[in-house]
Amino acid sequence: MSVIENVNAGVAKRKEKKAAPFWESAAAYRYGFVALILIVWEITGPFINPIFFSYPSKIAVAFVKLSASGELPYYLGQSLEVMFYGMVFAIIVGIPMAVAMARVRKLDWALDLPINALYATPMVALVPLLVLWFGIYLKAKIIVVFLFAVFPVLINTYQGVRECDKSLLEVARSYRSSERWIWRDVLLPFALPYIAAGIRLAIGRGLVGMVIAEFYTTISGLGFMITRYANVFEMDKTFVPVFVLMILGISLTTGLKWLEARIAPWSHANR
Amino acid sequence: MTKAQKTSVTNHTGPAPAGEPRIRVRGLGKHFGSLEVFRNINFDVGEREVVAIVGPSGCGKTTLLRCIDGLLPHDAGEIRVGEQLVIEPIAGVAMVFQHFGLFPWKTVFDNIAYGLRMAGASQADIERKVPGFVKMVGLDGFEKAYPYQMSGGMQQRCGLARALAVEPNVLLMDEPFAAVDAQTREILQFELLRIWQERPTAMIFVTHSIEEAVLLGHRVIVLKGKPSSIHQIVDIDLAEPRTRDALRQPRFAELREQVWSTLLREAREAEFHLERS
Ligand SMILES: Nc1ncnc2c1ncn2[C@@H]1O[C@H](COP(=O)(O)OP(=O)(O)O)[C@@H](O)[C@H]1O
Ligand SMILES: [Mg+2]
Repeated sequence: MSVIENVNAGVAKRKEKKAAPFWESAAAYRYGFVALILIVWEITGPFINPIFFSYPSKIAVAFVKLSASGELPYYLGQSLEVMFYGMVFAIIVGIPMAVAMARVRKLDWALDLPINALYATPMVALVPLLVLWFGIYLKAKIIVVFLFAVFPVLINTYQGVRECDKSLLEVARSYRSSERWIWRDVLLPFALPYIAAGIRLAIGRGLVGMVIAEFYTTISGLGFMITRYANVFEMDKTFVPVFVLMILGISLTTGLKWLEARIAPWSHANR
Repeated sequence: MTKAQKTSVTNHTGPAPAGEPRIRVRGLGKHFGSLEVFRNINFDVGEREVVAIVGPSGCGKTTLLRCIDGLLPHDAGEIRVGEQLVIEPIAGVAMVFQHFGLFPWKTVFDNIAYGLRMAGASQADIERKVPGFVKMVGLDGFEKAYPYQMSGGMQQRCGLARALAVEPNVLLMDEPFAAVDAQTREILQFELLRIWQERPTAMIFVTHSIEEAVLLGHRVIVLKGKPSSIHQIVDIDLAEPRTRDALRQPRFAELREQVWSTLLREAREAEFHLERS
């Protein structure tokens, strides 16, 4: 009896210790600091020339207006379409190509240099060229996002496959696995955390590509919203798509982390 | 071979009938570049026989098993399983790995089903067969667990079940219990004995534990030298079927000493060699 009581007391104590006051928790610092920035911005913002600057409450009002009028959802939809197709192509081209390179030495020798060269090239420099080649419509924008996003996926996947546990590959061989099943059962699951890291990088780069493509091409997407309102000095409305982009980036990468933990529980077990 | 060393078997039922040779190793040799790992290895394993291989670490036991499993090319001699020459992994031979070799992303069930899947079994077949093997190794209730959630002993039970599930006629065991704690190890040894008695196969059991070799093997091969070769083959004439009682028989101690002294002599010689050079 007394032992159990002691144990319970211990548990209770630990619980007490865990429940530190809120103002000392990580969350308090994390959100508190953001709140502080917003407050300072809100107070100082109105004193700066509104032609160049805006402040949170005014931006929030603009956000509500642009949402209600359907303008923001409309442009956001266009951007998401470009982003979606660009990312999907980057993933379905990048992953198989990376595994093939990691498994077939001659392919690796042939493609290693051009891929690393392209990865090192600032893609922005290619955008005007791409517009020239592929026009100014959806196709061109998807190609830009694809080119921004494919290399991180490819290079990370390649590295994951190369680092694959040799002893597991031997197990697969011992059980007479075909190369196709080795991809599915060994290489891709092993590389999954690397692939996820690659896709996270690709999302960041893809968003950059998306906005740049929208700057350069037809009147569409959040990128166009930014240029349009900046040109007429409507700063509050200019900030709205910027914030939406920020939130898009954060939610896509967090969503991916969540998804990774769901489909690859083993990869988080020993971290 | 050293059949001459066989002693009287009056008190014992004698070794299990080994049956026809299932594995034939003839004049086997293997180099890694300039390193000659072993040379002129000759032995047979009967279709219902356990041959244990002992030898100091680094003497090429794993390499030998990988050659027999067809994972590594050998560069002299030949290996036959049944009538088939081994040049790549062949059906009916299953290996249990020292490092377990489980797929971290597969559940216990899917790990055990792996060999069957690779052999082209249908989903219905797998659903029907796998639970029996889960039970055989005592993992019932853990079908949905992942390897990282289990102890080393449980992981190796899973590795064993994966090998058994393909119903092999040759089992290759590479120090399967070396990475688990002493108690678990003993439990697993006797479970392996029980499982083998339920479905006897040809088995090569590599270990660096002499006790384990004597307990499980019908013959114990002692590898020795650099490059290593077979120094001695000791017949283990313990009563069949083997149980815990085997450990208490005077004969067990005798045999253990016999293998031990062979290895010890070699260890001494090796040391002596080092001192001189
Ligand atoms: N793939 C390899 N390449 C080169 N040398 C190897 C390779 N595998 C094993 N060796 C060497 O061969 C020898 C035998 O190794 P191994 O078969 O693992 O020994 P054991 O299993 O008896 O401890 C060791 O000296 C080891 O360093
Ligand atoms: Mg070894």
